[in-house]
Amino acid sequence: MSTEPRAQAGRLSKLAAAYVIARRDFVAILFSRSFIFFLLGPVFMAGVASFSGGLGEQMRVAARQPHLGVALPAGEVDALLAAQGPLSAQLGDAVPPVVVLRRLAPGESFAARPALTQGRRDSIAAVLTGTLAHPVLTGTKQQLDEWRGPVGLVVAAAVHGVPGPLPEMALQNTASSAASEHKDQLLTAQLSQTLLFLLTMLLAGMVLSNLVEEKGNKVIEILAAAIPMDAVFFGKLFAMLGVSFVGIAVWGAVGGLFLAMTGGGLGALPVPAVGWPMLIGLGIVYFAMAYLLLGSVFLAIGSLAATVREVQTLSMPATMMQLGVFFLASYAMTQPGSPAETFAVVFPFSSPFAMLARAAQQPDLGQHILAIGWQALCVLVMVRLGSQLFRRRVMKSGPAGTRKRRWFRRAWA
Amino acid sequence: MRMDIGDARVAGNASGRLAIEARGLVKRFDGFTAVDGVDLSVPEGAIYGILGPNGAGKTTTLRMLLGIIEPDAGYRRILGADRPHDVSRAIGYLPEERGLYPAMKATDAIAFIGALRGLPQKEGRRRGRELLEAHGLGYAADRQIRQLSKGMAQQVQILGTLVHRPRLVVLDEPFSGLDALNQGKLETVIRGLAEEGTTVIFSTHVIAHAERLCDEVAIIAGGKVPFAGPVDVARDRIPPQVRLETCASDGPWRAGLPQDARREGRYWNFTLPDSGIEPLLRTLIEGDAGILSLSIERAGLHDAFVAIAGEAAARALEVGKPEESAK
Repeated sequence: MSTEPRAQAGRLSKLAAAYVIARRDFVAILFSRSFIFFLLGPVFMAGVASFSGGLGEQMRVAARQPHLGVALPAGEVDALLAAQGPLSAQLGDAVPPVVVLRRLAPGESFAARPALTQGRRDSIAAVLTGTLAHPVLTGTKQQLDEWRGPVGLVVAAAVHGVPGPLPEMALQNTASSAASEHKDQLLTAQLSQTLLFLLTMLLAGMVLSNLVEEKGNKVIEILAAAIPMDAVFFGKLFAMLGVSFVGIAVWGAVGGLFLAMTGGGLGALPVPAVGWPMLIGLGIVYFAMAYLLLGSVFLAIGSLAATVREVQTLSMPATMMQLGVFFLASYAMTQPGSPAETFAVVFPFSSPFAMLARAAQQPDLGQHILAIGWQALCVLVMVRLGSQLFRRRVMKSGPAGTRKRRWFRRAWA
Repeated sequence: MRMDIGDARVAGNASGRLAIEARGLVKRFDGFTAVDGVDLSVPEGAIYGILGPNGAGKTTTLRMLLGIIEPDAGYRRILGADRPHDVSRAIGYLPEERGLYPAMKATDAIAFIGALRGLPQKEGRRRGRELLEAHGLGYAADRQIRQLSKGMAQQVQILGTLVHRPRLVVLDEPFSGLDALNQGKLETVIRGLAEEGTTVIFSTHVIAHAERLCDEVAIIAGGKVPFAGPVDVARDRIPPQVRLETCASDGPWRAGLPQDARREGRYWNFTLPDSGIEPLLRTLIEGDAGILSLSIERAGLHDAFVAIAGEAAARALEVGKPEESAK
């Protein structure tokens, strides 16, 4: 031993120290049983996703009723609106709500098909053009079959003042409409969001277990004596992130293999507004942000607790909060532009979910740059706050700690 | 690794510089003062003991010295740095609550502890294997920690504490959990470290370890340090004890014995008078006491501890219970 050179004074940089922690945790988790369960996660996710997908579909139907777009001569639009109101009151949802796309000047024409594909925001399912005397209804075959009667009724009422004989209505069949495209993209958004949520929860739970294990086997004091606690905090967070990327790579490979064998592919799924490659890229970034935000909260919780039981008790509110955040984001997804959706986009914990849903529904990429910047800022703040709390609490000893533990036991008994 | 404690002591005092300097360290936990104005001066290369019962504030003091927790008042300077983490690569620390990852192999555990102090992982593994071999644990190098006995795991952790060749080694109750044989081995290791110029500071509630190993001690009780300095100075706080055996059981010579003299069987025990032994000898001879044996025993560290820290702290030290309950 005496032949070895003496240690030099100085310290590891925070980055180097975090790397030592991350490397240990990464290897340890990768070869642990919990990683096997992590890899099996998608099996459980599939069950939950199908359940929440059904729930979301119900919400979607309620929240986003398809609309009839109208582009008629100016005077006829008013007549149609005047007729639609009373009929809607009498017949309820059978009569589609109307969105005025254009009040046409004499001689002006209107292209119905582009309006169907561009009118995502208003969920246009079919477009009424021509004149009230010679109406033309454009939409998917399914939509035309569903609406030709009710729309004819409204047109007749607009022409005659009271429900009268149905007019001759020309039908133009299209392959898809804004509403059907929107519906498909909602499904993509919903799946992405659910996947993101479940993955984040799974990981945050694992990082918490990891910390509890560390407290249990008393290694934490060795770490605290050697390197700054911030580095321990960062190392643990990023180790788990690395583990999750390995998991994602495994799932991607297995999924790709499965799709190749079954002849399926992403083409079978609804195409997101930003396209698949961009959605996957954004999904990874948003996943990292969501995980780092939640992980820092869970690590801070872990530092507050002395026993596994306390950790479980304390993490419950955080889990409930995250569940609430997920439901908020799910709901907000069906209400684009609403205050709820804006809140979901801005609130750090729901922002990654809400923005991923937007990526599936809206092609604008600029908003993602802003959102990622905002989330990154929040991640820095949260990780910093979490690590400070972690540093203050994790090595706290003496009678105060005992008193607090007693308090926890009483409070949660 | 030589075992001559005398050499180590000389090395320890040679530089005259302080490895650790602490002044007025205070730590409170929600109103309870765990450490109350502790001053320490640990010379470079010395073996320094912090001696006190459980709950006296030893661990809290060490944690503050290492920067694991921040003091509420006072300052400390470790290897010339105000912030202990700034010199963490030159420090080795064995906490009281031993901790290793159960799934790690022994060599990896040593390398990991070294890596935390800046030793490259590969080099740490190599040194770890060598250290295990040197300490008779080579057969356990590739075993997981969970497969080792508690004592063996503790030895692995001690080797991890030393693998990066620190200049300052801090050991919190290093002997607890070790059997007598391994306690002896650890004493040898500590002496060897001091011989190489490494400063060793350890806490203990076992006086014998401190007495055998330390150049200097700090006696801590109730969060305060009533004494800090060389072991000899602590022992000199108690005057030497005289043990006298005489032929005659009584006679005029008895008047010459000090007032605190008490008879225990054939022996008289009393404190050596300030005037020294010669006047007493003269009285005994002139009074025909018939001296069969006479020994002057210097006070042990235990007696010094009792005199300095008080009976309650000494009792707590002996039974290993926290100081408060002993009181």
